[in-house]
Amino acid sequence: MKLISAIIKPFKLDDVREALGDIGVSGITVTEVKGFGRQKGHTELYRGAEYVVDFLPKIKVEIAVDDGLVDKVIEAITNAARTGKIGDGKIFVYNLEQVVRIRTGETGIDAL
Amino acid sequence: MMLPNSPTTWPGRIALTGLLTLAPTLVLAQEAATPTLNSGDTAWMLTSTALVLFMTIPGLALFYAGLVRAKNVLSILMQCFAITALVTILWTIYGYSLAFGNGGALNAWIGGLDNLFLKGVGIGSIYGTQTIPETVFMTFQMTFAIITPALMVGAFAERMKFSALMWFMTLWLTLVYVPVAHWVWGGGWLGTLGVLDFAGGTVVHINAGIAGLVAALVIGKRKGFPTTAMPPHNLGYTVIGASMLWVGWFGFNAGSELAADGVAGMAMAVTQIATATAALSWMFAEWWAHGKPSVLGIASGAVAGLVAITPASGTAGPMGAIGIGVAAGVLCFLASTKVKRMFHYDDALDVFGVHAVGGIVGAMLTGVFASAALGGKGLVGDISILDQVIKQGIGVGTTLVYTAVVSLIILKIVDWTIGLRVTEEQETEGLDLALHDERGYIL
Repeated sequence: MKLISAIIKPFKLDDVREALGDIGVSGITVTEVKGFGRQKGHTELYRGAEYVVDFLPKIKVEIAVDDGLVDKVIEAITNAARTGKIGDGKIFVYNLEQVVRIRTGETGIDAL
Repeated sequence: MMLPNSPTTWPGRIALTGLLTLAPTLVLAQEAATPTLNSGDTAWMLTSTALVLFMTIPGLALFYAGLVRAKNVLSILMQCFAITALVTILWTIYGYSLAFGNGGALNAWIGGLDNLFLKGVGIGSIYGTQTIPETVFMTFQMTFAIITPALMVGAFAERMKFSALMWFMTLWLTLVYVPVAHWVWGGGWLGTLGVLDFAGGTVVHINAGIAGLVAALVIGKRKGFPTTAMPPHNLGYTVIGASMLWVGWFGFNAGSELAADGVAGMAMAVTQIATATAALSWMFAEWWAHGKPSVLGIASGAVAGLVAITPASGTAGPMGAIGIGVAAGVLCFLASTKVKRMFHYDDALDVFGVHAVGGIVGAMLTGVFASAALGGKGLVGDISILDQVIKQGIGVGTTLVYTAVVSLIILKIVDWTIGLRVTEEQETEGLDLALHDERGYIL
């Protein structure tokens, strides 16, 4: 099992959720996050006072999937979240040791 | 029209000028021509009074509240609201009497004590040769006394103790606002001299602006200024507040005629024209200097224009209003964006940059655009523009020096006794929680 964590542009969330639904992903976790990469931040100016905003708002989407689905998930997110402009985000893939469904006590793939 | 001894054309504001020597004559004159109420004038002044109160709460309160950080939004609203209530009481007990009462032998400098606790200000009383009830005049002037200290709040925003604010404002109203208002409007020496200040460029704006700067310097910079980002937390409030100020200002300027007449009409027109001009000129100045026009810029420009047209609103014509608007927009933009950065003083919300600078620009140009040759009402006694500008300069200079010195003394006294400033920990936490146990936003 893998945990896929994708950082995307906030306005792409609906597209990504739809694309993941289409390939059979049954659940995702979404968090509002801030950060910077190559896009860097932006500047704001108030009555001559210039502020550099280093951290931009992004959305982190986390999906736990069976190994067989990993490539399809990556492909779906990549296609849905891409604008071609700097700042589209990144996808991280981790090994996932255990999953437990709290209601039933099921574990492993059954709990996904 | 602006002759110090023709009170009928300019009721109240300079009705008592020359009282020192002419007191017996004036009393006789008033007995001879019994002043009568005019219901049209009264209706307009009731309206104007409400409009000027609306400028402070919620207009100015929102304008400033949007400019501070979210953790201090309530502290600003609280300060404006508390000043409104505090000044109302002080004005009732002694402020009105000392500003507009008869000071007898000392009348050039300060009013008298005859109207303490509003004694003599009853249902039937009329001030001087006005055509409105004295109760309305007293309340109208009260709203000016309220907004002037409230304007200062922006200079020392986000760091003054609330108790210190209450003491500072009490002493400042008593020792600065009341005498200066008396000098210009209550029959004191600046009005007698012939200084033109129709609606309060000197009394209100220069006064608040310079006192704000002194307060900002005495209390010191906010922790982190200017390296830490302190962007406005809600410019929507600021735009709403600026818009309310704009509307309320018609009461301030057109109301200062104290009558519903032609001068009031022209005051309304030039107020609108100068404000729009300054909003655009600040916007274009910023567009040119930084590449983009900003919402805060256009709103600040409007306020700068309102400030600058204030002293001129009874004497300037429409083209004068455009001239004043252009000057105010550009000069206040430079003062608030460049000069402040250059000298690193933390006048947090640009009270000096907008009100003192706008007030000075307006006061000086009032002397220029009052000239009939430039579309104004004409200068008193056919003096030259230069002579009038010199008089204006005396008014500005006196106010700057007197207010700066007395404000400095008051601030030092408050600082030595109870302390002006919150602790560093409270400042970091934010004044809303630290001083009021409340938060502006529970989301």
